[in-house]
Amino acid sequence: MSFAQPTHFAFDESSEAEIAKILAKYPEAKKASGVIPLLYVVQRQMGRGTGSAWVPKVAMDVIAERLGMAPIRVYEVATFYFMFNMKPIGRHHLQLCGTTPCMLRGSDDVMRACHDAAHVHVGQTSEDGLFTLTEVECLGACVNAPVLQVDDDYFEDLDYDRTVALIEALKRGEKPTPGSSIGRQTSAPEGGPLTLIDVGGE
Amino acid sequence: MALSDKDRIFTNLYGLQDWRLPAAQKRGNWDGTGGILAKGRDWIIEEMKSSGLRGRGGAGFPTGMKWSFMPKQASERPHYLVVNADESEPGTCKDRDIIRHDPHTLIEGCLIAGFAMGAHAGYIYVRGEYYNESRVLDAAIDEAYAAGLLGKNAAGSGWDFDLYVHRGAGAYICGEETALIESLEGKKGMPRLKPPFPAAVGLYGCPTTVNNVETIAVVPTILRRGAAWFAGFGRPKNSGTKIFCIQGHVNKPCNVEEEMSIPMRELIERHAGGVRGGWDNLMCVIPGGSSTPLLPKHICDDVLMDFDALREHKSGLGTAGVIVMDKSTDIVRAIARLSRFYKHESCGQCTPCREGMGWVSRMMDRMVQGRAEVEEIDVLEDVTRRIEGHTICALADGGVWPVQGLIRHYRPVMEERIAAYKAAHAAPVLPMAAE
Repeated sequence: MSFAQPTHFAFDESSEAEIAKILAKYPEAKKASGVIPLLYVVQRQMGRGTGSAWVPKVAMDVIAERLGMAPIRVYEVATFYFMFNMKPIGRHHLQLCGTTPCMLRGSDDVMRACHDAAHVHVGQTSEDGLFTLTEVECLGACVNAPVLQVDDDYFEDLDYDRTVALIEALKRGEKPTPGSSIGRQTSAPEGGPLTLIDVGGE
Repeated sequence: MALSDKDRIFTNLYGLQDWRLPAAQKRGNWDGTGGILAKGRDWIIEEMKSSGLRGRGGAGFPTGMKWSFMPKQASERPHYLVVNADESEPGTCKDRDIIRHDPHTLIEGCLIAGFAMGAHAGYIYVRGEYYNESRVLDAAIDEAYAAGLLGKNAAGSGWDFDLYVHRGAGAYICGEETALIESLEGKKGMPRLKPPFPAAVGLYGCPTTVNNVETIAVVPTILRRGAAWFAGFGRPKNSGTKIFCIQGHVNKPCNVEEEMSIPMRELIERHAGGVRGGWDNLMCVIPGGSSTPLLPKHICDDVLMDFDALREHKSGLGTAGVIVMDKSTDIVRAIARLSRFYKHESCGQCTPCREGMGWVSRMMDRMVQGRAEVEEIDVLEDVTRRIEGHTICALADGGVWPVQGLIRHYRPVMEERIAAYKAAHAAPVLPMAAE
């Protein structure tokens, strides 16, 4: 896929506010620690501004200058970690876990639903620009498998039909409620908790 | 005897109550924290040692002993506490619940642990995908600052302690403590050679201790209720309560805090509704997250869920991610998918891992089809032995152990698969023209 790299990038006001908070976390001489957080700031700003959350090369140069690092140090971090998109993506990033715990609970069916409803295959962006599909490794929500991450949110306990319904809702511009798609209380067993019934507090 | 609710540490594991400070305080968090610190560093470390707590991140190293490795005398180099919340071991989702539902158990634990190791600052490294969870943690830390529980004279203790959240960006390797430190410093997450150990040279070259979320979060309750209370659960050297993540082919997958050394069968049947189709439909269980070798049913029948019992069967408690597989499972494919995981997650620094994980994964893909020779099972086993123990960190070990477990217990299945493939692809008998 070919795409144009923008020639200019500048942090907007909300990003600058974010950056001030981030850099306060690390000793002044160690501000390179801010590289991953700043890459996130870039990716979010791109998402806000263009509808596609990715990290252009020129923005990495801006980060390098801000943190006093060689640009190559920023490039190598950006490409080492999987969550930074090095090319434009769709409006929604569908990240399907395919690792064994999700596989055992039917992630193959969820994958099929993504193909059928979002009209997209792994590594591709749909023609309408709405969806990019990625198969990711364990998302760490295994007792609610299979799991599909849509942008920042986890959708859990999915099957084929519920995945299709989720994707159709996204197409209509709705904001589906994240979490268990069968109404489970987070990681408690289906049907309601069997423990923590007799605890103090509220 | 199952654990009773009054002995559970994570009383809001499922998020039935509010995670915010007032509700957390009603549940007993932040009760007399200043008084605990007033008992002094040595008392805290001794109490942690006698509680028998072993690290909950997978390796099971005694926590009190780990803390005691930090330098006793302050120097110009600051000390750091780093909390490993890069929860990425397939099968593991316990720290997520602590962060999003019980964040104050963790924050209070950070203050106590930080004090005990002479640290005035701590970083919690949360895996990047846990975006919503990290926002809860951020907000909980803000609340703690506003209430005087963090910052200058934290919780009225006279000790200054700052705590920060740092998000990773999707790399399993950053769960390895020195890779995590590298990542926190703004580099690629490539593990460092040890020694020097982080307690001598860690974050920014300073003395550092890295602990798992659950390890730190159980500390306040242990110190409030006493080391003897915690040590009273589980078998000797395997003390305490533990969050188990029960998943796969069970009727009701869930997280649950239980007593260590609970029989595996009881754990699955009492809390997760049993194996799909009944216990006799069980094929095998991966007991402690993807890196721990699987155990076939006959071992699962009576094995206990603790470090030593599982080690006796050449597996381990790991992170206590219990992955249950029933008889419908294509066990070769299930393990091959794990091999693909480790190939994907190898950082590429050490040759045996960078090349080996790819080789093992390709070989396992052939084994799934049966497109192999029977002798190649031995070659595969041999190669895993040459990878194991020959890399800087344990990722490659964790990558080959599941394959070794498969060969140890399911070699006949692999052989049958190869025979079936051969039968289906036998060279056709062609009529010979010269006959």
